[in-house]
Amino acid sequence: MVSLSHYLILAAILFAIGMVGIFLNRKNLIVLLMAIELILLAVNINFVAFSHYLNDLSGQLFVFFILVVAAAESAIGLAILVVLFRNLSSIDVEDLDTLKG
Amino acid sequence: MLNNFVMPDLYPAAPEIFLLLMSFLVLFVDLIFGATRRWMAAMLTVVTLLGCAAITLVTSDGQTTLTFSNMFVDDLLSDFLKLMTYLAVIMMLIYSRQYMADRGLDKGEFYLLVLYATLGMMVMISAANFLTMYLGLELMSLSLYGLVAIDRDSPRCTEAAMKYFVLGALASGLLLYGMSMIYGATGSLEIGGVAQALYQGQSEKPVLVFGLVFLVAGIAFKLGLVPFHMWIPDVYHGAPTAVTMFIGSAPKFAAFAMALRLLVYALFGLAVDWQQMLLIMAVLSIGLGNLAAIAQTNIKRMLAYSAISHMGYMVLGLMSGVVGGQIDAFTAVNAYSSALYYTVAYVLMSLGAFGMVLLLSRAGYEAENLEDFKGLNKRSPWFAAMMLIIMFSMAGIPFFVGFFAKFAVLLAAIKAGYTAVAVIAVMFSLVGAFYYLRVVKLMYFDTPVDSASITAGLDLRLLLSVNGLAVAAFGLFPDAMMMVCTTALMRSL
Repeated sequence: MVSLSHYLILAAILFAIGMVGIFLNRKNLIVLLMAIELILLAVNINFVAFSHYLNDLSGQLFVFFILVVAAAESAIGLAILVVLFRNLSSIDVEDLDTLKG
Repeated sequence: MLNNFVMPDLYPAAPEIFLLLMSFLVLFVDLIFGATRRWMAAMLTVVTLLGCAAITLVTSDGQTTLTFSNMFVDDLLSDFLKLMTYLAVIMMLIYSRQYMADRGLDKGEFYLLVLYATLGMMVMISAANFLTMYLGLELMSLSLYGLVAIDRDSPRCTEAAMKYFVLGALASGLLLYGMSMIYGATGSLEIGGVAQALYQGQSEKPVLVFGLVFLVAGIAFKLGLVPFHMWIPDVYHGAPTAVTMFIGSAPKFAAFAMALRLLVYALFGLAVDWQQMLLIMAVLSIGLGNLAAIAQTNIKRMLAYSAISHMGYMVLGLMSGVVGGQIDAFTAVNAYSSALYYTVAYVLMSLGAFGMVLLLSRAGYEAENLEDFKGLNKRSPWFAAMMLIIMFSMAGIPFFVGFFAKFAVLLAAIKAGYTAVAVIAVMFSLVGAFYYLRVVKLMYFDTPVDSASITAGLDLRLLLSVNGLAVAAFGLFPDAMMMVCTTALMRSL
């Protein structure tokens, strides 16, 4: 039997992978976007699991909104990525170093 | 199911609906006249915001009204914060008109993104549910990412936008994870429902505190508190100055509303826990913000670190409302209104400071280094005096608005028993006085490096003078604004 805590642990693991992806990734900006997506999906698992467990639909409703916003967020992220690539000819995280002080 | 649908009461959300409809009009006007008459979109944006202000004023009855199935709240606090937001945005638009036009950035997108970001802030200010809070936050943030990247041929802008985007998305992720945990523990997404569940005390404390940590981290990101401040200096530095001014002003009201609604309205029952977290972050922000600002040679970056330290002072007021887990209405209203007053004062000073940067900039030239302020007194004694007022006020020198804001916040902290923290905060504000006064020294005692005459338009000059004088006037008569802040909070708590 899969219990609530299993779902929560799965979500926590996905969330942690997303976090590590953001902080340890020093190469590629696309991987950063994927890590952000992973964090949002981990949150979705949390919401669906809690919603089912609590017998309350509002959590599942929230998930729809997160999915929509995540899509908009990726669109903006990729758009910024495209202009960045046109300016720097690179999507390497290490090349983002002109702003320092 | 469907025949149960009841039309929600749209009246409390009238300003938001008006802004949304007007934004379509701006879109059409820009489509038709964008190439020939660019001023039309700008004018219409300002008219929209003035209209929103009129609607907010007319519909403000001092009552707390919930609508959209308890997702949206209209109370005196939200009306006040919205009015302040419109004011900040209108000022930003007037300040930035020439700057954006000189750089060919005064396109329709700019005005639309500003309008949608404002809409996002309004939704955040009126949020009564985690869902509305999240949607408002994302509408604001996504528009701001676009605004930072608006000068798309500049590597600096796009880099700043990318950094802002990644860290902002991460902050939203943290906030959402916290919200999901709190939802799991309390079974409610409504701010009132969460507060009630906590009051009944049947929720699992460890899950709640676990969620709270993520929630506070998300809020701290948006406020720019240490250790979640990394984006602020880069974004302030990289973005076009007009956009920096926007990010450094109106969103602070929305962030204040978010912190107040989530922490005080919803999670009041966990006050002892979040007070600790806010305390540490406030002290770190005040310390690091003031120390790092000394090392800056770029004034936008200096103001970024100064923003971090100012938000630290603001949070000092925000966490002083609850003493030992007990709430006493008088202390609470005092503490939260001091934080609100601080936010208002800070936004006013921040607009003025960035306004000075815009004043000295001209086509093809960015006056963003401290050197550009050298000998300003010889070039324009009047604006040197305005900058002097703003810098003195930011440093917290008596009889300017910044002094009374700091005073109120520190008084609240001392009343809540954080005397040691208040002493540390005062010491760091002395450290901070160094870099603010350095600007004054550069203006009055050094010879000008850039001797070109100031070419800024009359509107900018006029607004900057009013802004500088307002900083001085609110310092001479601090009670009026404080009264408004206190009343707004008292009627809405």
